[in-house]
Amino acid sequence: MTALETGGTRDAPPSMSGRRSLATALVPALTVSVSLLGLCLLWNLAASVWPSRAFPGPGQVWQVLLREAANGDLFYHLGVTLGRVAAAYIVAMIIGSVIGVLLGSYRRVDRFFNPWVILFLNIPALVVIVLGYIWFGLNEAAAIGAVAVNKIPNVVVTMREGARTLDPSYAEMATVYRFGRLDRIRHILLPQLQPYLAAASRSGIALIWKIVLVVELLGRSNGVGFQIHLYFQLFDVAAILAYTLAFVAVMLVIELLLVQPVERHATRWRRRPA
Amino acid sequence: MQPVGAVVPLKVDIAEKIFRSARGVSITALQDLSFEVRQGEFACLLGPSGCGKTTTLRILLGLDKDFSGSFQLPQGGSNRIAAVFQEPTLLPWRTVEQNVRLALPKSLRAKNLDGLFDTLGLAGMRSLYPAELSLGLARRAALARAFATEPAVLFLDEPFVSLDEQTAERLRHLLLTVWSARPTTALMVTHNLREALMLSDRIIVLAPRPTHVLGVFDVRLPRQQRNSQVMSDLLRSFHHRFPDVT
Repeated sequence: MTALETGGTRDAPPSMSGRRSLATALVPALTVSVSLLGLCLLWNLAASVWPSRAFPGPGQVWQVLLREAANGDLFYHLGVTLGRVAAAYIVAMIIGSVIGVLLGSYRRVDRFFNPWVILFLNIPALVVIVLGYIWFGLNEAAAIGAVAVNKIPNVVVTMREGARTLDPSYAEMATVYRFGRLDRIRHILLPQLQPYLAAASRSGIALIWKIVLVVELLGRSNGVGFQIHLYFQLFDVAAILAYTLAFVAVMLVIELLLVQPVERHATRWRRRPA
Repeated sequence: MQPVGAVVPLKVDIAEKIFRSARGVSITALQDLSFEVRQGEFACLLGPSGCGKTTTLRILLGLDKDFSGSFQLPQGGSNRIAAVFQEPTLLPWRTVEQNVRLALPKSLRAKNLDGLFDTLGLAGMRSLYPAELSLGLARRAALARAFATEPAVLFLDEPFVSLDEQTAERLRHLLLTVWSARPTTALMVTHNLREALMLSDRIIVLAPRPTHVLGVFDVRLPRQQRNSQVMSDLLRSFHHRFPDVT
């Protein structure tokens, strides 16, 4: 397949775009930093106006963060939670996409299963988690499975919309030229579904990590959710905020370093001028 | 390679094709449509717009199986079919070269396509995405994809519509060049009589709904001799035989 990927050499990009992309990359980054700094200042101000153990300022939270990072707890629990998020995300995306594409492609199947989708969409996350632990025990599989089950209906709905927009002329071209099953998925199906996969991923990661915390709080003995539960019992708000912000930061880095570059690569054919 | 004796022509024998609308109204699109294209021959299906030419082609391509009757595709050599659709139908998310190579069977994926791309004037455009091509260039890429597969039979569905006449004429010449390099049994659908007279060995004239064959017009002159004088003679004798067809 290397011939396909590297076929031909592209002309060198015009030098104009280099300078422009540097400027367009710097301005938003600057805006984001100033905005976040402003929020911190506001927080600091509020914490000094109403000093309370229940509302620590950013300095205190930073102290706790450094302490937890130094003794290694922070990275251990972040890692555990991140692993669960990744596992639940992969399971939910694969199962949800397959079901969604099937429902979007076959109207009768969709008509039959649509009530099921609505039912699962409206079951509260907490119920799924509790039932998962009762039926399958307090173990990792039940935890990840419960999170995935919460997310799958959302993925199904998005991917069903995506499958309805599939252009039949590409499928016909693939039939005439006898594309193999894998080629069809890789070159015909997935590129057409890419915007929907991206949308499902975006909303998926945000939703999943919040549910993972609940799962950890209810039935696991590690992870960010477990730590937050622990510090809740100790009434240590600074530690709660420290863990929360640390995990938000991790998700932000994933968004910037993983999700966005992948998306840029997947849509590279769109942005070139005609 | 198959022995010459095993070579089979394209043989079409469609008894009936009925479209049923959602309200239960049925329209007979094709009735008793039968014709033959000999091995290595370029044939045109000529008929007015909306007379079921594309429907016929879709049946032959295996995209529409809801009809009564039968057809036989040419055998021998690759046994593959290739099609140039009305729209270029290139995958927008793959480059021109990837589009062409993806249509090839796995064993031919790495084959040298330089000659084909050169002939079609696409040599500098192999790494462009279809959105960066003009319609004329996209059509050329679709031709490249069809010819790269070295098919046993080639179907073309009005491949030059919605192009300006000059571009269309250039593409017709390009089509003849690549086709002559490897004469393949070909069936092209068109409503353009001049185009049909210029390109084909045989013109199958269709009468509209329900579509059937009105008659067959054979052009036995070699293509390079079809200059404007000969073309107007051909046109005259065609109109003499089919006075109702424009």
